[in-house]
Amino acid sequence: MKHTFTQDLGISKRLLGFVAVATAATAAVAVLGILLGMFGQFLAEGGPSITWDFITDFPRNSNTEGGIFPALAGTTFLVLLMTLMGVPVGTATAIYLTEFARQDSRFARSVRFAVNTLAGVPSIVFGLFGVGFFVQFVGVGIDAATGSVAFGDGSLLWSSATLAVLTLPVVIVSVEEALRAVPRELREASLALGATRWQTITKVVVPNATSGILTGSILAVGRGAGEVAAILFVGVTYSSEVLPSAVTDKFMHLGYHLYVLATQSPDVEATMPLQYATTIVLLALTFLLNFTAIFVRSRLSTR
Amino acid sequence: MLHPFQQPQRRPLETLAEWSIRAVASVSIVVIFLIFLFVFRETLSLFVSTDHGQPVADDVTGQMDDGPEVYNPPQLEDLDVPEVYNPETGGLPETSSTGQQQEQPDERTVWEKLFHDVWQPVGEQPKFGLLPLIIGTAKTTFIAILIGAPLGILAALYTAFFAPRRLRNVIKPAIELLAGFPSVVIGFFCLVTVATFVQETLGVEFRLNALVGGIGLSLAVIPIVYAITEDALSAVPKSLRAASLALGSSEWQTAYRVMLPAAAPGVIAAVILGVGRAFGETMIAIMATGNAPMVSWAAATPARTFAATIGSEMGEVVWGSEHYGVLFLLGTLLFVVSFSLNALTELYVKKRLIKRFQGK
Amino acid sequence: MAKEYPTKISARDFSVFYGPKQALFDISLQIPQNRVTAFIGPSGCGKSTFLRSINRMNDLIDGATGQGALTVDGIDVYDKSVNVSVLRRKIGMVFQKSIPFPKSIYENITYGLTLLEKVSRSELDHIVEQSLRRAALWDEVKDRLHHSAMGLSGGQQQRLCIARAVAVNPEILLMDEPCSALDPISTGKVEELITELKDTYTIVLVTHNMQQAARVSDYTGFFLMGRLIEFDRTRTLFTSPAKKETEDYITGRFG
Repeated sequence: MKHTFTQDLGISKRLLGFVAVATAATAAVAVLGILLGMFGQFLAEGGPSITWDFITDFPRNSNTEGGIFPALAGTTFLVLLMTLMGVPVGTATAIYLTEFARQDSRFARSVRFAVNTLAGVPSIVFGLFGVGFFVQFVGVGIDAATGSVAFGDGSLLWSSATLAVLTLPVVIVSVEEALRAVPRELREASLALGATRWQTITKVVVPNATSGILTGSILAVGRGAGEVAAILFVGVTYSSEVLPSAVTDKFMHLGYHLYVLATQSPDVEATMPLQYATTIVLLALTFLLNFTAIFVRSRLSTR
Repeated sequence: MLHPFQQPQRRPLETLAEWSIRAVASVSIVVIFLIFLFVFRETLSLFVSTDHGQPVADDVTGQMDDGPEVYNPPQLEDLDVPEVYNPETGGLPETSSTGQQQEQPDERTVWEKLFHDVWQPVGEQPKFGLLPLIIGTAKTTFIAILIGAPLGILAALYTAFFAPRRLRNVIKPAIELLAGFPSVVIGFFCLVTVATFVQETLGVEFRLNALVGGIGLSLAVIPIVYAITEDALSAVPKSLRAASLALGSSEWQTAYRVMLPAAAPGVIAAVILGVGRAFGETMIAIMATGNAPMVSWAAATPARTFAATIGSEMGEVVWGSEHYGVLFLLGTLLFVVSFSLNALTELYVKKRLIKRFQGK
Repeated sequence: MAKEYPTKISARDFSVFYGPKQALFDISLQIPQNRVTAFIGPSGCGKSTFLRSINRMNDLIDGATGQGALTVDGIDVYDKSVNVSVLRRKIGMVFQKSIPFPKSIYENITYGLTLLEKVSRSELDHIVEQSLRRAALWDEVKDRLHHSAMGLSGGQQQRLCIARAVAVNPEILLMDEPCSALDPISTGKVEELITELKDTYTIVLVTHNMQQAARVSDYTGFFLMGRLIEFDRTRTLFTSPAKKETEDYITGRFG
């Protein structure tokens, strides 16, 4: 006779248990499968088209031939400018939230709520905001004040600004996490030596959180590089003979380029290899950034 | 004489820096206000003034008389946007809004135009019927959640309780990777692959339709639902799981009957935020749904969402026109809904979660 | 209580509240200059709270308020005119968990010095050596001053923290359970150091280790539930305590 410990549960119980676990496993594996399928297809279809010329050439014959160089360059300029505008603001906000704010204060809670809300606003609304505020209000305002005509239209500058706002929550959350990881004892030791709060922040807290600030910036760049909806009407262009030479120029963008090739091109079928290749480059760019961020973060956590 | 402790320490630069930090910290709040203000402001033009879009030709004098009352400062002065295509009207700013065009009179109110079942924004009698867009948005969002929420929740449950360590170490980063996919890439994938697959399997009439779009949106929803559900599951005290196992219930019974219900508020938050993501997503919706405004609840017919409408029409719209105002109205709706969904999770769900585990 | 040493720190009816909760009740005592004063008592009794009130580290806790008088050199440290930075430079502090800044040994020592003014390189070198010698660490680290302080052993790190504290030339050293994370050998070294340093500084030591208080301190205060039960010369307190609670505690009957 079997020992009670090894006694069978009823067959229906066991079956139910199997179904429960199998369902969950299927879901997880299905997601994994879709992901692998996407990668596999992109690489198979687009891989052969990735050549040096594809990366370094301008598009030719209304985007049906040639390369993606201006789109790559435009995306790079865009995210760099975005980083310059967004990261200092995000870092300062995170410093405020961890170092200055009383956690229960109304203002701190409002800031947190705003950051969470901002993270949930659809990117197309940021696009409208970019048009309504940056281009039509700030840009036109600058033009009216200075007599120039450069600012009152979509441009690299306003797209970067829009993306800086869009990626602000990413920076804030990530920097805040890094600042919170700085041991309280370090702050106390510094203050006990007579350092002011500001000296403690600049000399002890922030230097200890640099990798967090870096992670936040990289994640924001990864998010910004792939974002299309927010810049649709804020300065991106589907074709350009030259690289942007000023922040008020229009620019090409990898994601937008893919969108145009896939939906607006005169002969969608003919450019299929180009579309796949562009997808690979765009994914490579975002994942390179994400992997870098994960790497920097893991070094941060093991230290 | 002052004791050394009492040496005043004047560091005006530090005070300045500290106040700058405080000021910068308010940027997020200010931006939320500005988004609302500027998106709403453009929307408001739709209701406050009648001097936009397709002017009424046979009522020129009346329009002139109404001029000062329907005056709409941001549109005309700040924005400096010509109201109509004709460049010559630019020379007549005061009357430009009335236009001297020879068109059919259009006496419908904005409300009449919005409560209509045809979306046909360009034409002599533009139709801004929101019904097809509402149906399209609801349809695709519903499909996306129907697919994405169970997959996300079950995947989280699997990696949290059942998966062998090695598999978990693959699945978790993979889903995080999916979160990093630019939506234009997902849209492209649906356009070239999912659409073909759906058509070949189900033999549907339209290659691009709400189902394809919904599948695409679910790929954007899954990582969000997964991440938040996982957070919620890991926030459930470990002792609860131990207690359940110690009472003799099996691993799967514990997961489904103890842990999942305990994390319910977090799971609800995950689904709500997933809805927000699907609802507001633009590029996938533009590329995969067929993007045609139809009044049809069928899953296999094309659909057009709010976000996709803005994305595909904003580029060609006459700035300051009625059409422009309607697109901003859609933007306002998107903002208000996403704001409300977020507020709901922040204020309601989190509070319940805290209450449940900390007894506060 | 005979007083051959002048009073350095004095408290009169000093209370501390954390929000609505009272943590210290009407503490009154006088801490003599150039002596080691130890505070003992079970955890949560308020001894650390009192210590952290002296250099106003409690200011960092949201909702903490003080009441009554706490003076250093006759100046109320909670007076509006007091510059907290200067106060804290005059009062060095060594913590339970010794964490050097993740910088070099040299930079750890000079951190406090360079906060206020520019100090010449040669003077810095001099102070670094002097401080490390005082903390009995010089011989062990003189060849690797510019290496990271994180590479030091736990006991060395704690002595580095002492060196870091004395580098700004304080008059008082507050030590909050400085040996609780150290092995017996390192503890011995730090205790030896405390005895040497008392000629130069007024030392206030919080410890949960009664033997340590008996070994190194000249005066001892016993805290219980936020009240100062007894304060006397260490020998008196340990051999013939005046209060029943003190006797119970030092004989190990509770706590």
